[in-house]
Amino acid sequence: MADKVIAGKTVQVNDEGYLLDASQWDKEIAVEIAKEIGIELTDKHFEVLAFLREKKEAGEPLTIRKVGKSGIVDIKEFYALFPGGPLKYSSKIAGIPKPVSCV
Amino acid sequence: MSDTDKPLKKVCIICAKGTIEDVYATLVMANGAVMEGIEAKVFFTFFGLDAITKKQMKKLHTATVGNPAMRMPGGLAFPTFLGMIPGVEAGVSAMMRSQMDKLDIPPVDEFLEMITAGGGEIYACKLAMDMFKLDKSDLHEEVSAILTVGEFYAMCGGEGTQIIFT
Repeated sequence: MADKVIAGKTVQVNDEGYLLDASQWDKEIAVEIAKEIGIELTDKHFEVLAFLREKKEAGEPLTIRKVGKSGIVDIKEFYALFPGGPLKYSSKIAGIPKPVSCV
Repeated sequence: MSDTDKPLKKVCIICAKGTIEDVYATLVMANGAVMEGIEAKVFFTFFGLDAITKKQMKKLHTATVGNPAMRMPGGLAFPTFLGMIPGVEAGVSAMMRSQMDKLDIPPVDEFLEMITAGGGEIYACKLAMDMFKLDKSDLHEEVSAILTVGEFYAMCGGEGTQIIFT
């Protein structure tokens, strides 16, 4: 655990850079984390992030399949938005913990 | 440089058996790879072809006879003679599928679509296809091609590649 300044705000992150407190998250922080990964956020990205945060808030485990059934993106589009690791990157950008799911 | 400094870039997974557990081990590993940005190529051969054959893919079973790890719900031993009774294997298999569904593990056809959506590739073994008298039209749409073993190996080159036989 460490303090990190992202977009001018001090937040707590774990050693992989995931926010420890989802309430410290805001859109500027998301843009900054996405930039570090190499992703330029669009409105579609933010729709997915909102979905993930909502599910996290509700305590539902997140899977790629669930995002694919969200009505926001299908699985192919999800991969296209967050190439190279859709679930882990989107979770990181959404300020929620790294998913522990294997699917 | 230690081995952990060289990340895995590609997995080539071979599935030669058609039980629920063999097929799902393959699918979970392939999907898990593409989720992590690792290239995945999956080769189905022999009884593993059931997983990509339209007629069979929704009806995979787990063996209730000759499977020492098979237990009753609650953990009691599962008597072998019970597994021989008609319908028991189908019932046990249906139960396994419903357990997986609760964990958001999709049915086989949807799982194949998830893997290819992430850029993974699915192949069928030519020799086994000939042996079981199957052709491309018997296979699910997500299967890219029917390959000889040599053609499959030709895809398995490159640094950071592993071949996995489930």
